[in-house]
Amino acid sequence: MTKPGSTDIRLRLAGIRKSFGATRALGNVSLAIAPGEVHALIGENGAGKSTLMKILSGAHAADAGTMELGGTPYLPENPHDARLKGVAMIYQELNLALHLSAQENILLGAESARLGWVDRRASRARARAALEQLGHASLDLDRRAGEFSIAEQQIIEIARALLIQPQVLIMDEPTSSLTRADTEKLFATIGRLRSAGVSVIYISHFLEECRRIADRYTVLKDGETVGGGEMKEASLDHLVTLMTGREVKDLYPRTPRAPGRVLLEAKAAASAPRLRQATLQVRAGEIFGLAGLIGAGRTDLLRALFGLDALDAGEVCILDAASHPARPRDRWAQGVGFLSENRKEEGLMLNQSIADNLTLAKLGAYGRFGWVHGARQRAAARRWIGELRVKCRDAAQPIGQLSGGNQQKVALARLLEHPARIFLLDEPTRGIDVGSKAQIYQLVSELAAAGKAVVVVSSYLPELLGLCDTIGVMCRGELAATRPRAEWDEASLLRVATGSV
Amino acid sequence: MPPLKKLLAKAGPFLGLLLVIALFSIPAETREFFLTYNNFKIIFTQTVLVAIGALGMTLIIVSGGIDLSVGSIIALTSVVGALLIQHGWGPVPVLLTVVAAGGLIGLLNGAAIAGLRMTPFIITLGTLGVARGAAKWLADNQTVNYDTSPINGWMTTADPFSRALPAGVWVALGLAILTALLLRNTVFGRHIFALGSNEATARLCGIPTARLKVSIYALAGCFFGLAGLFQLSRLRQGDPTVAVGLELDIIAAVIIGGASLNGGVGTVLGSMIGALIMSVLRNGSQQMGWPTYFQEIIIGLVIIVAVFLDRLRQGKAAA
Repeated sequence: MTKPGSTDIRLRLAGIRKSFGATRALGNVSLAIAPGEVHALIGENGAGKSTLMKILSGAHAADAGTMELGGTPYLPENPHDARLKGVAMIYQELNLALHLSAQENILLGAESARLGWVDRRASRARARAALEQLGHASLDLDRRAGEFSIAEQQIIEIARALLIQPQVLIMDEPTSSLTRADTEKLFATIGRLRSAGVSVIYISHFLEECRRIADRYTVLKDGETVGGGEMKEASLDHLVTLMTGREVKDLYPRTPRAPGRVLLEAKAAASAPRLRQATLQVRAGEIFGLAGLIGAGRTDLLRALFGLDALDAGEVCILDAASHPARPRDRWAQGVGFLSENRKEEGLMLNQSIADNLTLAKLGAYGRFGWVHGARQRAAARRWIGELRVKCRDAAQPIGQLSGGNQQKVALARLLEHPARIFLLDEPTRGIDVGSKAQIYQLVSELAAAGKAVVVVSSYLPELLGLCDTIGVMCRGELAATRPRAEWDEASLLRVATGSV
Repeated sequence: MPPLKKLLAKAGPFLGLLLVIALFSIPAETREFFLTYNNFKIIFTQTVLVAIGALGMTLIIVSGGIDLSVGSIIALTSVVGALLIQHGWGPVPVLLTVVAAGGLIGLLNGAAIAGLRMTPFIITLGTLGVARGAAKWLADNQTVNYDTSPINGWMTTADPFSRALPAGVWVALGLAILTALLLRNTVFGRHIFALGSNEATARLCGIPTARLKVSIYALAGCFFGLAGLFQLSRLRQGDPTVAVGLELDIIAAVIIGGASLNGGVGTVLGSMIGALIMSVLRNGSQQMGWPTYFQEIIIGLVIIVAVFLDRLRQGKAAA
């Protein structure tokens, strides 16, 4: 393996800066990668990883800084140009045409053709060669992409990237939707690529994975390179400290709280296809965290608690309320509020105003006999805009124009305005800036102090450990273990989440 | 946004209407008669059907849906009305029954869309055929004639040169005001916007989306039934082959008025202006002596230009 500074550098970035309007996404980023090196890029959400990768893959242009590929200046005009120059990217969301065959997907945009006529034999040979390089020569090239498992689909994506013999391959969160066994296979594939001299930039939230697979690492924080070096010399704690840049306890305020009566209870709740079994109790004044890998059934549990998905078995009880019927409108009436993990697709009406979004769950309350007074809606919205310091023009501004953090504050304000006594929060800080994050932690903690029951789902373990009183871990659709926070650490949470207890 | 730009954004369809009116006020062929009160009385009367249909269609399109069966519903309900008059029913029972018949078909549309979870396009495309066939069946494949009925007078005035407007125009105007208030200021109306803007959010916020869809299509069906009655009033006979393709005029009026086929956007005022723009174009073209195929081409182009301008306007407003 080669150290930076030596002559043998495949890709070198220096002093990269990028701003979007007034928002600085990247302040000063440097990175150097050798041939055949797996380089982990680590950082919190919003640290600038995706912006950096978009610059590398040609989707954005940097404002300042230099990029060199193989010793010559590298200035991709667009993602296609970047690919031709030898930098390929595999996105977290797979980009396959599910109705086309594996072969057609691998060759998409690079078909072997003569006068527009696809040369099937040459195509097949090239697709086969790419798969062989990955050690998956037996993959059925004629099957439709949609019929493969997620892991196999990822292989097809990687094969597509390999088709043009890339020098640098960027993988963004490649294991987020993989099982443990498939992750192992992916690591074997990455090992093969490394031996073939391909430089791999590996982006992941799973620090343990990064430590296993990467040779070197770079940590980004708030758009700047804050650290980097040999992976085998870095401890997990060191990486986390670099990423967060502060003691974990500073970020998570702890209000004095005394758990009271059980407000929410689930007894062996199950909901096909993903929630197999969950039993939990959440008390007034308690923050209950739900950990687990993506797809472990955390969101499904919240949806079942809220009545968005029907229960197949078991029971959900809300204090002082009948168990049935259990549709979302009944839950709101019982004082339960739900914050979706998916702001854009589910949580908010992007082309409607802040006021309309904030008041949607109780429109009848802003007038009588089915009449809605717009002025009262806007007054309610203005109150929360002030209280939560939402940055916006006015209450009538379409919510799609706000930043993610401000959108999330409005989505949360819907629950506060209702008002709810049980808060079901699915990934409440996903994709929002650090300032809004701290504010949401403060708010959640105040809610608990005020005697509300809060359930928080998060993929970010330090957040759960910092914020919650009790943490339950889900694995393969079951709530596998529930313990007080003091009895958990990141390693034990991960062990239960991955089923490796 | 500067006030002038804001005004332009709000008044877009209205300016379009003024432009179309101005266009026909200039040529020598039409200058004499076009801008007279009597001509506008004709235009208003000709707009009634599309306007009442567009009220129902606005509710549906804002909710993110579409209804292709309007023309057939109008034909069916006008045949039903004619048959009832034949059987000696008075105007008020006929009115109520015809509106209820339209509402029932809408209810079935809504129930199928919500219950079978199928797209409105497919369901109402089916209803388009079913209702048209039912109309021909009921009418025995011919027009349904009757002696006379007070309903015949609802689309005309006793003295054609009087300044009074026919009842149908007042009904359309009154309903437009009520529908605008319903859409803007009631829980039902705001829920329609929520459904059209993001159905998942609506569900999450406890809005009974299935029931809401059924109510929307049923209410819109009532409007279509009423349009059928005015169709009957205009023709003075029940004709099962009438109003073929009228749903497209109605959808065009709503779209020209600024509604989005993606749902969540649209106003009653816009739709009414859209309906007027189409009537003015027809009326003006006739007076210019242009053949009908030429009118069709013009109206087709106007739809495309109107929606394109609207998108430009919105794009600028957002920036």
